Parts: sequence; structure tokens; C-alpha cells
Amino acid sequence: MSKNRLAVSLPGLELKNPIIPASGCFGFGQEYAKYYDLDKLGSIMIKATTQNPRFGNPTPRVAETPSGMLNAIGLQNPGVDAVLSEKLPWLAQHFPNLPIIANVAGFSNDEYAYVSEKISQAENVKAIELNISCPNVDHGNAGLLIGQVPELAYAAVKASVENSAVPVYVKLTPSVADITSVAKAVEEAGATGFTMINTLVGTRYDLATRQPIIANGQGGMSGPAVFPVALKLIRQVALASDLPIIGMGGVDSAEAALEMMIAGASAIGVGTANFTDPYACPNIIDRLPEVMDKYGISDLETLRQEVRRDLLGK
Amino acid sequence: MNPNFEKKAMVLKEDLTIVSQREIAPKIFEMVLNGEMVQDMKVGQFLHLRVPDPSKLLRRPISICEIDRKNNQATIVYRVERAGTAILSQLKAGDKVDTMGPQGNGFDLSVLEAGQKALLIGGGIGVPPLVETAKQLKAKGVEVTSVIGFANKYALILEEKLRLYGDVYVTTDDGSYGIKGYVSTVIDTFDWVADAVYSCGAPGMLKYVDKKFENHPHAYLSMESRMACGMGACYACVVHLRNQNEAANKRVCEDGPVFETGSVVL
Repeated sequence: MSKNRLAVSLPGLELKNPIIPASGCFGFGQEYAKYYDLDKLGSIMIKATTQNPRFGNPTPRVAETPSGMLNAIGLQNPGVDAVLSEKLPWLAQHFPNLPIIANVAGFSNDEYAYVSEKISQAENVKAIELNISCPNVDHGNAGLLIGQVPELAYAAVKASVENSAVPVYVKLTPSVADITSVAKAVEEAGATGFTMINTLVGTRYDLATRQPIIANGQGGMSGPAVFPVALKLIRQVALASDLPIIGMGGVDSAEAALEMMIAGASAIGVGTANFTDPYACPNIIDRLPEVMDKYGISDLETLRQEVRRDLLGK
Repeated sequence: MNPNFEKKAMVLKEDLTIVSQREIAPKIFEMVLNGEMVQDMKVGQFLHLRVPDPSKLLRRPISICEIDRKNNQATIVYRVERAGTAILSQLKAGDKVDTMGPQGNGFDLSVLEAGQKALLIGGGIGVPPLVETAKQLKAKGVEVTSVIGFANKYALILEEKLRLYGDVYVTTDDGSYGIKGYVSTVIDTFDWVADAVYSCGAPGMLKYVDKKFENHPHAYLSMESRMACGMGACYACVVHLRNQNEAANKRVCEDGPVFETGSVVL
């Protein structure tokens, strides 16, 4: 058997390729399975799951921005029990070899602990993505996200890590003064790695009504417009911590995925691009070898190690 | 590779070819599209069109106005709102449009038989899906009455097409054409009961239809919503359900856009 050039290895995640649909942009996989074989993907980051079912924010929930979009879904999900009894078993039944990364959200450390403990018992959940950075819900911290305060981030991550049966990757927000101080707190709390970046925050107004287009008043901004921000922050965290990073933020091509790996990411989340083109992820996977050839990249695991070695010298 | 999930025979995304495009009223365009996808289209479904501009990431959901399976052609009618639809309106015959579809559930016409009566209610840019509805109902031998409302005479569209399939009442808010008032001005005077009601329009009009025909066994609302994915994955376009728990919901794109009256919170 020839070596798989696209394979990447992260703690808990042996991925046949680095491309992972990002949480919130892919539901629980079922809808996209009509379009292509999900076994083509490296993994799936399923929709954020909380203890109880949530409707989320009022509509409209999305708006377009130049090369980007805003969303304020508000962690809509059917609750961890339904995810465990319906969503994850469906994926396990149809795609038994597909590793799943479960995005866990919460409003208290108890909830992070509870959902992490429960969802990590599912056989196909190989890692948790701990969502401490959703900009669209109020965490009761005077408007601050848990992921904006190192002490709060530490406590939430510790609660999850102590109860999860699988590695915990923590999703970082770009909306901080110093991302390395949050990253270090997350690392000290026992996280296995990072996923980054969550959305930036923005808004748009309707000229006719003079009101925000999004009912929530503001939303998380994603898409290629945020790609350079993601690259800069990924490199910053990669220089401050040895933990692996699943990079995301505006990736819409094989070139962009490789650029993010050069910045320091070990695997790549693809979000907004799925809305523009439902085949975005398989298209990126199919094109990777050609682009790797062009830039003399023999295989992604070698690239990853070379980038890491290069970072150590900085 | 899971054999159950090899690509289905149905076309889910296709570069449709523009056969023609013309402005049928100020800022309202009729685009005729050609492609294999037409064979799968049902009345009341919509197409999710990509704007041919790389900085525009979200597709535009536009309802299907007419379906011509014999010639593989479908017609859409849309209003230019902002930059994205303005770009679509500049496309010419021969250009391609990257299209997902057909999306959504569509209108259920099977509840009617020949000789029965259908009431079609449309408001403004919600009128287009009623044209194919009227055409197919008439072909079944159903008696079709359409009541369509517009802001003013400049916004009037598709009256002549609907007249091909039955009686048409037109209202305008300012009285500049037809009957002054709203669709309710006409419908509230009817002394007959339709066997089925199909409606599409702005939220205010749908609220009227929802209330008026709340307990009608075959009354349907087609809703519009801001969408991202357009295929059920992102939960941007959800609606609350009536008389159910707070978290219960349906997605306009995938579970709709057509809902029974009395079922969703408008």
C-alpha cells in the first residue's frame, strides 16, 4: 500500500486528510451526505451541543459582507441527549470509520463538564472541540466570553478535561488583547490542542429600516475576509505553545489550506465555503495533491513536522 | 466508501444556461434557465443561485415561477434588491448560473381533484410560484382563482400569465391599478369556500392567510427567509412551531418553504 500523502496525525485523531467541515456549517452531517460520501472527509466537527435543546436567536440570523458573512445562530441544537441518541448513531451507522469531533458548548463549568462527559462516551467521537468563544450568546460575564478571560477559560477547560474520555481541543476567539495568555491558560488546564479562530464580531445595517440586518444586533464574521487574521493568530499561538492547532477561518481552497498549515496548523477546518459551494470540502481534498506537487510538498505529515521544527528556531 | 452514499442520480447542483433574461417591471427580472435539473423540479420549490462574483459568498434563494420539462427550461422571477441580485440581472443569454436545487418541499397539489376549487393568494414578489401552481391545477381540471396584491401599478407582475389559468383579482395598496386595498379586501367578500389555498407573499399577508384559513385542512403558506446553506445544515432560516415547546423548530429551506396554516409562528 502506498503512503497516503494527505494523512495527518494529531492526538486522538488519525486523519486520512486534514480537511474537516467546521462546526456550525455542516449540521450533523446528514444534509451534506446527500451531496457526497462523507467518508471522503478527514473528520467532521458537528454542530455545537449543549445540555438542553436550544432554539437559538431570533431571525434573521445571517447577512452577507464583502468576502464574508455574519451569523448569529445562537447555539441552536437539539441537546446532548438527542445528539447521542439520534445524530451520532446515524453517523456511526452510515460512516463507521469517520472520526467525529464533537463541539461542546455551555453556560457554566458544570454544563461543560456534563456535556463533555456524556458526549465523549459515543464511540465515534474521537475528540471534543470545547466552544468557549461563541460570540452570539451571553455567558453572564458582563458581556465577556469565557475565552476572553484566561482565568475563566482555565476553569471551563479544566471542567471539560477532567470529565472527557477523549482529547479536548479548545476553540479560541480572535477577539482578545493577547491570544497567547488565553492559549497558555488553556494549555495549563490540560487541553490537548487548539482550534482557531472562532468568528470575529461585526454587524451590518439596513438603510431602509436603520436597524441591524441581524436580529441579534451583531454576529460572528467568517469567510475569506478573516483569513489573514486567522493566519496571524495561528502563527502567534504556534510560537507560544507546542500543542497542535486545527486551523480555520476563511479557508476556501487547497492553497489556503496549505498556507494555514505553513502558519502552524496541523489540520484545517472549512466553514463558510460550504455555503458557497456544498462540494467545497471534497473539492479542496481532490486538489491538494496537485498544489502540493506545485510547491514541492511530498506529504502533509512531513510538512507539518518541518513547520514545527522551523517554529522551534524562532 | 459507503455504497449507500454514492452520489444520487438526481442532479443537486448544476451550471444552468440562461436562455433569456428581461425586465418585466421596474427592477423585476424574468430569467429562463436550461438544464437537467429541471426534470426534478416541483411546483413551489426554489433554486439557490450563486452570484458570479467571488466576494459574494451567500447564494440567493429564488422561487421557481414556471417549469417546462419538455424543453428542460425553468423560469424564475426576482426583484433586484442590492448588489447580488443586480449582478444576476446583468447576465445574458448563454451565460451560466451555478445553481443548487431544486430545494424545499413545494406545494402539494395532490389534495385536489378535477372540478374542485383552488384559491391562490400572492403578494408582490411572492406571486411567481403561483404561476406554475395555477398552470398545473388547471391542467388537472381544478377551477383556479388568483388574488394578487401589489404596492402600486409599477410593481404589478404576472397578471396576464395567471389569467391563462383562471380568474384573477388584482389589488394595489394605493389604488393605482385594480382594486384599492389588500388581498384581504377581495378575499373577505368571497361567498365560496376553496377546497385548497396556496399562498406566497410578505409576512403581513401570510399572517392574514394564516389566520383566515387557520383551520382549513388544505391551506398552505410559502415563506421567504434569509438563508445561508439553503439545504438544512446551518439553521439560519428556522421558524418556531405553534403549540410546541420553545426549542421545537422547522427550517424554511429544507422543511419548507411551504407550511400548513396554523403550524408555524409567523
